[in-house]
Amino acid sequence: MKALVAIIYLLASVLFILGLKKLTRVKSARNGNRLSSTAMLLAVVATLIDMGQVDYTFIIAGVVLGSAIGAIMATKVEMTSMPEMVAIFNGFGGGASLLVAASFLFEHAFAVNQPLTTAMALDTTITLFLSVLIGSVTLTGSLVAFGKLNGKISGQPILFPGNNVLNLLLVVGILGATVFAVGFNQDPHTGFIVSMVVIGLSCLLGILLVTPIGGADMPVVISLLNSYSGLAAAATGFVLANNMLIICGALVGASGLILTQIMCKAMNRSLANVLFGGFGQTDSAGGGGGGKDADAYPTVKNCGPEEAAMIFESAREVIIVPGYGLAVAQAQHATKELADLLIKNGANVRYAIHPVAGRMPGHMNVLLAESNVPHEQLYDLDQINDDFQNADVALILGANDVVNPAATKDPASPIHGMPVLKVWESKSVFVVKRSLSPGFAAIPNDLFNYDNNMMLFGDAKKILTQLVHELKEIVD
Amino acid sequence: MSPLLIGIYVFALAVFVGFEIITKIPPTLHTPLMSGANAVSGITIVGALFCARTADMTTANILGFLAILFAMINVVGGFMVTDRMLKMFGGKK
Repeated sequence: MKALVAIIYLLASVLFILGLKKLTRVKSARNGNRLSSTAMLLAVVATLIDMGQVDYTFIIAGVVLGSAIGAIMATKVEMTSMPEMVAIFNGFGGGASLLVAASFLFEHAFAVNQPLTTAMALDTTITLFLSVLIGSVTLTGSLVAFGKLNGKISGQPILFPGNNVLNLLLVVGILGATVFAVGFNQDPHTGFIVSMVVIGLSCLLGILLVTPIGGADMPVVISLLNSYSGLAAAATGFVLANNMLIICGALVGASGLILTQIMCKAMNRSLANVLFGGFGQTDSAGGGGGGKDADAYPTVKNCGPEEAAMIFESAREVIIVPGYGLAVAQAQHATKELADLLIKNGANVRYAIHPVAGRMPGHMNVLLAESNVPHEQLYDLDQINDDFQNADVALILGANDVVNPAATKDPASPIHGMPVLKVWESKSVFVVKRSLSPGFAAIPNDLFNYDNNMMLFGDAKKILTQLVHELKEIVD
Repeated sequence: MSPLLIGIYVFALAVFVGFEIITKIPPTLHTPLMSGANAVSGITIVGALFCARTADMTTANILGFLAILFAMINVVGGFMVTDRMLKMFGGKK
């Protein structure tokens, strides 16, 4: 029986890897996801075989309830809210690892009044505490990220003096307590207290690691927490000495880490700078007042949809640059409508997707896919950046920092060196934005002062709908 | 070799496999990749099942039940939402 279980686990591991491999192409991706879910089913079945006849009350209750909640969340979530969804799921993954580790500790040590030094083998207790640490940090870190993403917690970085020092002290405290509990402690009650302290400190660490990170850096944080949730699963694998869990955890860990790297590169920042920098912390916490705006933008021009429609009517090359504002306004369908109208009018319409546009890697691609934009019209930064000089119109929808010319032209700017879309090289630029308030990097955007730039103030969806309306009047 | 050492070997090799495959994933698919990977990290369900195998109202069992709950939300929600997204990507072919 053990051999059968081991073989099914191996088969599941292979299917997980193949599923991931199929995810590298749009055409095969859906099948890849199905392979992975099949692998998961196999893994559960093999585990049930391995456990033999047990009481299934708790198991069935957990599986049914969990599946129902998961299914409801997956069906209900708006595509614009995917970052929150992924953040909270990362948290559940980490939480599950924490709970499994805690359950083990209770079953083998606390419930039977054993000190950790004699309750289990040393390598098991060490991996258990590793599970607790990674699981807790992932859980609370993800909850904070979730709160920041859906606006329940301020998107501004919250960095108090000594934050990083405190984090370091927490790590030292967690490690010290762990070494004491698993290596030296002989008293069961003390072992219990120390374990709870480790859980508490780890949860606090998770919170304090994410609070100093600003809204614009959320793509990095989500990717990193994704990686952590994988590592948490791998840690559980070490506890159970189950290689399939270790493989899955490693795959997810690697995936999150690669995305983290890509995101950091797209912002020209190091991971350390994102994690500890408190970047984007403004001196004027109250936000840019009217006077400040006027100072930063002496030559800003705004126009109405009618005026813009006339320019769009004669445009042959149009590049649309979507950003987080598009997601907030749920304007993806209105964007598609405008694009269709422009194409009908003979224009070539393309989309330029900056890697950190939105709140998670690939956020914009998902939104545009939802409104049926063919993915052939979507271009990466490198693919399209040299084409802006040939474009008649660049339409910026709720993006800010990723089109800031200061990144290439002003060496003193905090975002200098970040790769940005050179929208200002187009003949005309339209920026759809609710106000002149700065983006998440909290720095003014000189683009708004450019001669060829016009602002269309308002909610992106509303503006686009008006634009479509005006354009129809001219064309028809 | 002890199970722990074997585990470390497997972990290191799997990280390399992950790196090799995932660097090839186009940016368009990054969000589905994340939610899909998320679902895979719900593999912790395997550990959770072991933790809730009796009907006793012990702390260990209740924690196990909660672990199953969390892991299943992750697994079912993750795979379903990934499928929902990928359906949109494939829809225009």
